[in-house]
Amino acid sequence: MNKPVWLSERVQWIGAFDPDMRSFDVILKTPNGTTYNAYLVRGSEGVAVIDTVKAECADQFFARLEAVCTYAEITTIVLNHLEPDHTGALPELMRRAPQARLYISQSAQLMLKALLNRRDLDFTAVSTGDNVSLGDRNLRFLHTPYLHWPDTQCTYLEEECILFSGDVFGCHFCDERLFNDKVGDFRFAFEYYYARIMRPFREHVMKALTLIDPLPINMIAPTHGPILRDQPTRYLQRYRELSGQRLHKELNAGEKTLIIFYISAYGSTTRMAQAIRDGAEQVAGVRVSLYDMEGGDADLFIDLVEDADGILIGSPTINGDAAKPLWDLLSAFSMVNVRGKLAGAFGSYGWSGEAVQMLEGRMRGLKMRVPLDGVRVKLIPSAEELELCVQHGRTVGEHLTGSNAPRVIDMADLLASRQPEVESNATLTRE
Amino acid sequence: MSKYNITFADIGATVSVPRGTRIVEVAEKVGASIPFGCKENDCGECLVEVLQGVDNLSTPSALEIELLKQKFAKPGCRLACQAMVQGDVTLKPA
Repeated sequence: MNKPVWLSERVQWIGAFDPDMRSFDVILKTPNGTTYNAYLVRGSEGVAVIDTVKAECADQFFARLEAVCTYAEITTIVLNHLEPDHTGALPELMRRAPQARLYISQSAQLMLKALLNRRDLDFTAVSTGDNVSLGDRNLRFLHTPYLHWPDTQCTYLEEECILFSGDVFGCHFCDERLFNDKVGDFRFAFEYYYARIMRPFREHVMKALTLIDPLPINMIAPTHGPILRDQPTRYLQRYRELSGQRLHKELNAGEKTLIIFYISAYGSTTRMAQAIRDGAEQVAGVRVSLYDMEGGDADLFIDLVEDADGILIGSPTINGDAAKPLWDLLSAFSMVNVRGKLAGAFGSYGWSGEAVQMLEGRMRGLKMRVPLDGVRVKLIPSAEELELCVQHGRTVGEHLTGSNAPRVIDMADLLASRQPEVESNATLTRE
Repeated sequence: MSKYNITFADIGATVSVPRGTRIVEVAEKVGASIPFGCKENDCGECLVEVLQGVDNLSTPSALEIELLKQKFAKPGCRLACQAMVQGDVTLKPA
């Protein structure tokens, strides 16, 4: 019970098994639990503990640790990632081994203070190129931020070519056999973990791979799931594939894609969507696609959303709100990186018409850029209003291609836009 | 009140703003592609590179300087949530 596992003569797994956990971080299902992987590295002149475990599993961690070293021997504690499932046992470890020096990434400094709520903290902040010596074993740090928090880093054991990777290359899969050549089929867990945890940060994954690629790798030792000792570079390759272009690029060079998602009760928002498409297509180098969300679920579109340059969402206003399928769509956007994409909303309404601004607000909240006020039409669009939609589509297309004329705007106009309407709507709703 | 021009080079928009306006207030409204997080000098997401007129922004506070250091920001970079306009500036996301 609670025995450590040897990765090599000098490296032991001292983590914890959590087979009964069924959901993780709210966003992941964990149908067979998870592991919290912590490691111990013994050098001729020091012992390092790399990461810890969730507080509730601390007993397992300390039992395994005590089986391979005494607290007085620990010279070094490395934290690759500060999330509580890896730092839960840290305060108690620091109490038992007060002489150990703490090594964290530069970006982890403020987080550590907020996590431990201690003022007297002493630690060393490290980045790529820094290392710590344990005598005949040396740990080298790699600055690999945003995988999946700003603080994340990887630690490389030079003499044994083991990469302690933190959450990256991990997965939620609890199997006491622990090594990838021994455990059950965990491919699903590996892919799912990437999709839900790493995918929004795929650009950072690529940067990290660039740092990792030149290193000879015998073993990847992540903080969750199997230790990857059989063909470890396959997992690096898989991450490279997953972080690359998801859809085959069919566009001509420089062409921009605009996706219009909409839903319509009586066809008015549909006609607006079509008119906006017609306008945007008049701009050279813009390719537009229309999707009626009545015919699709949010998850279907996530690859397209990730790849799109611009996204417009059209919704009627129903009971003072945008329609649910569009909120569902927007709630799926955080599965990918939509930051900085051009965005906008439009829609027909019968009474007060709040949907457009609510959708714009949500998309701004997702750090998309919304440079234009969306078109709103009361009930059935007239020929003039449809022409307005065409013009609006053209302007959106010009913004996408960067062919729009430079604008000079007064702050007062910017602040005034839509404000009176909001007030009158509020009055109307109260009546 | 004196007004100054703040130009968002990434989207080709110039906005005339009253002295003392924070970049964040206008960038989001005009749809510039500057990402925002907390808007209170904590996350450092809204880093901008000032292409012209860096001296026309308010002097950075000790807290902003600390965060800029942590973000490994290059000289001429500021946080859009902290810097206030005191003259004409041109900027883009860092």
